[in-house]
Amino acid sequence: MFKALADPTRRLLLDTLRERGGRTLGELEEVVVEHTPMTRFGVSKHLRLLEEANLVVTLRSGREKLHHLNPVPIQQVHDRWIDKYTERRLTALTTLKSQLEEKP
Amino acid sequence: MTDQSTTTTATATPAATPGAEGTTQVFRIYIHATPERVWEAITSPEFSRQYGYGGDVEFDLTPGGTFRHTASDDMKRVGMPDVVVTGRVLECDPPRRLVQTWNPVWNDEPETTLTYEVEPAFDGTTRLTLVHELTGAPSTALEVSGNSAADQHGAGGWPWVLSGLKSALERA
Repeated sequence: MFKALADPTRRLLLDTLRERGGRTLGELEEVVVEHTPMTRFGVSKHLRLLEEANLVVTLRSGREKLHHLNPVPIQQVHDRWIDKYTERRLTALTTLKSQLEEKP
Repeated sequence: MTDQSTTTTATATPAATPGAEGTTQVFRIYIHATPERVWEAITSPEFSRQYGYGGDVEFDLTPGGTFRHTASDDMKRVGMPDVVVTGRVLECDPPRRLVQTWNPVWNDEPETTLTYEVEPAFDGTTRLTLVHELTGAPSTALEVSGNSAADQHGAGGWPWVLSGLKSALERA
């Protein structure tokens, strides 16, 4: 899973699917090429790696294959290393970080 | 390339594909247990008390049969009614596939649909996929999606519930 996350294109794909799931390879390719030049084959390879890491699940809908983000593995990492007490402090810190970074 | 431009035109038109409008949520987890045990964990109150938000699930496992999720003592203490989720069974094929409607009583929204797919996977594991169709139910969608902050919007949602189901089965 960490290998799957260690790449900017794959993180972009996950962010895109988090915003809205149920996207085809064609739609995802359009989003990726706005950021970086890549062939459909390249995008499909990244998606396969994300699927192997269980971070992306594909469902068939007629002739199309729709891609969805699967948040469960991230929850499992969370359950393993972060307890409820730590979580409160982390929430405070991430809120602070996003507030500071919103300022120009 | 011709292939790419065709696709671009196709995706530019709003698609009427079910699930393509972003109201479908998908959750998948691999569990070291047989499909039969995973099925039992989804459908029996003995298990449902042990993971997630607790409470008892009550299923009449026939098409058209009723579903109720009753409140745990903890839920009642925070003011939840006796029955917290209602629904009906649409399809039932033990231990492989269960389709049901799922209506949390605290949201005044159209009914949502859950599909559980239980499949044998590699090395004696079972792959559980949960698909939640949430058309017209934005509050429920937000709550079940899983929130990183423990005290907001239903907290962990399905990621947390399924992670708990896996732990309950693997320590059993």
